[in-house]
Amino acid sequence: MTVQSSTEPGTAGRLPPLRSGKRRRPRPRGPRASGRTAALYLAPTGIVLLAVMAYPLYQLVQLSLYEYGQAQASGGAPLEFRGLGNYADLLGDARFWMVLLNTCGFAAVCVLGSLTVGIALAVLASRVRWLPRTLLFLAALGAWATPAVAGSTVWLFLFDQDFGLVNEILSGIGLESMEGFSWTYDRFVAFALVAGEVIWCSFPFVMVTMYAGIKAIPGEMIEAAALDGASTWRTTRSVLMPMLRPLLVIATIQSIIWDFKIFTQIYVMTDGGGIAGRNLVLNVYAYQEAFAGSSYGLGSAIGVVMTALLLLITVIYLRVQRGFGEST
Amino acid sequence: MTTAVRTSTRHGTGRRRSAKRPARTLAEIVAVLVAAVVAFPLYWMLLTAFKPTGQIQSTDPRPWTLSPTLENFRRVLTVDDFGRYFLNSVVVAGIVVLVSLLISFLAAVALTKFRFRGRTVLLVMILVAQMVPVEALTIPLFFLMRSVGSVAPWFGLNHLGSLVLVHLAFSLPFAIWMLRGFVAAVPDELEEAATLDGAGRFRFTWQVLFPLVAPGLVAMSVLSFIHAWNDFLFAKTFIISATENQTLPLAILVFFKPTGNDWGAIMAGSTLMTIPVLIFFVLVQRHLVSGIAGAVKT
Repeated sequence: MTVQSSTEPGTAGRLPPLRSGKRRRPRPRGPRASGRTAALYLAPTGIVLLAVMAYPLYQLVQLSLYEYGQAQASGGAPLEFRGLGNYADLLGDARFWMVLLNTCGFAAVCVLGSLTVGIALAVLASRVRWLPRTLLFLAALGAWATPAVAGSTVWLFLFDQDFGLVNEILSGIGLESMEGFSWTYDRFVAFALVAGEVIWCSFPFVMVTMYAGIKAIPGEMIEAAALDGASTWRTTRSVLMPMLRPLLVIATIQSIIWDFKIFTQIYVMTDGGGIAGRNLVLNVYAYQEAFAGSSYGLGSAIGVVMTALLLLITVIYLRVQRGFGEST
Repeated sequence: MTTAVRTSTRHGTGRRRSAKRPARTLAEIVAVLVAAVVAFPLYWMLLTAFKPTGQIQSTDPRPWTLSPTLENFRRVLTVDDFGRYFLNSVVVAGIVVLVSLLISFLAAVALTKFRFRGRTVLLVMILVAQMVPVEALTIPLFFLMRSVGSVAPWFGLNHLGSLVLVHLAFSLPFAIWMLRGFVAAVPDELEEAATLDGAGRFRFTWQVLFPLVAPGLVAMSVLSFIHAWNDFLFAKTFIISATENQTLPLAILVFFKPTGNDWGAIMAGSTLMTIPVLIFFVLVQRHLVSGIAGAVKT
């Protein structure tokens, strides 16, 4: 319910029209019965989503309750119901807690990073003339368009121990200790490197979204606030922020969803989760447990935990945002 | 007073325009520098792809090369059958874009323009579906594709069809959500007029709505395309033994070797993989930006 009301008509009223006059709430047509046509139109989507999303989701939960290893997967051994056994194993495993902490910390850094960079550059883009703005947008579109694997390899190469440009430059300007420095060895340095790449390719979405929001604010409004004697800070807080909040909510939720389940960058840049699995996040951990370790039941339990956490974080975030929106 | 307001809004810089000029120049310098930094990894990738091996594996960080070569591309295309993987990626992403375009458009129309029971419930379900981390479903999807394979081999493990199915599920919820804004922006009067002219629902959908929401469809297809094109996890999980059906993201990793990474080939492969998306993005950037804006304000 919360989910719906914050992205549905509720926000439509708070947002200024981008194309004036054309905006209106989605109003379903008159009383003519359209159930049958609607069913026809929705059927293809429904079939795909039921088969490839809803059913696997049900199976994921089911698998997580069984002992399901190599023998069971090949049909060589009967299924053994474990109840919450897999979950008990997980909760009792220090490694799981480390991975969970990794995931939350890493996602938080990536989300905050892409929001900060994205918003700052959106504001910057709205204050400059055509040429610098176009350059900024082209660069951002370039980073956005770069496939995750390609982006990971380029960043790895830039920070390569022996042939990387970054080490060359750092040692060239006198930091001798940086010669041959490994950016993927230390746990936190490796995470920071991956986070850098993730922020690089995900801030453009935030930037484009927020830029559209800033552009949609009529100049007269800021002018009127200034004439009324409002300070820049006051104008930002009382005029701009309320108008930008719905967009900010969307940008944040999208970032949380993306960054919480990152797989490719971690897998490629830390070679499957870092030395001794120090750079594992939940998604990579589940993959390793299931497909490298043949513990499909345990892997599924990790998948369930991940899904539940993601939904929980999103719902809490929406709640907080809504409460915040109503109190101001 | 009126004149003052109008002038300042046209220039968008406020009344103290002259005082703000140095600030804007500074902002413009910063913007250009930031653009250069953001674009730099792409430049370095392109440059390295054309550098001879000797220059890549040296301690000379010159940001140009006087002896560009296609040697790295040749290696990628011959040692690793890159053309084949490229084609596989194009097929998967292409089919995903076409199918999701058609069926998400229909769903968006039904959810926006039609009134029927359970509409709100379906809307909430689409929004929730967007939050389901499809990556977490890799394990059950693997078993699903394995059993599908015995009935319909094309959609089973080791075949491109399995990737198409998964990426469809990936992109549909977001696509529908994005298109809804565009469909809703079409005034209802148009449908009334069309009905008066004797057009049925189907004709109205395809001949009136479809062209009107084209910018939204373009933006949506770019995002579906990049989703399918980028995928690493499912290609790695589903295409196990039939390497000829592998897609691009995995093909590049062949050049990472314990004995020393072939950076020239890796950068050439990454370039080949990035260029189609870059072209796509630049061609449709206007629609993409307005599409995102249109989708997020609904």
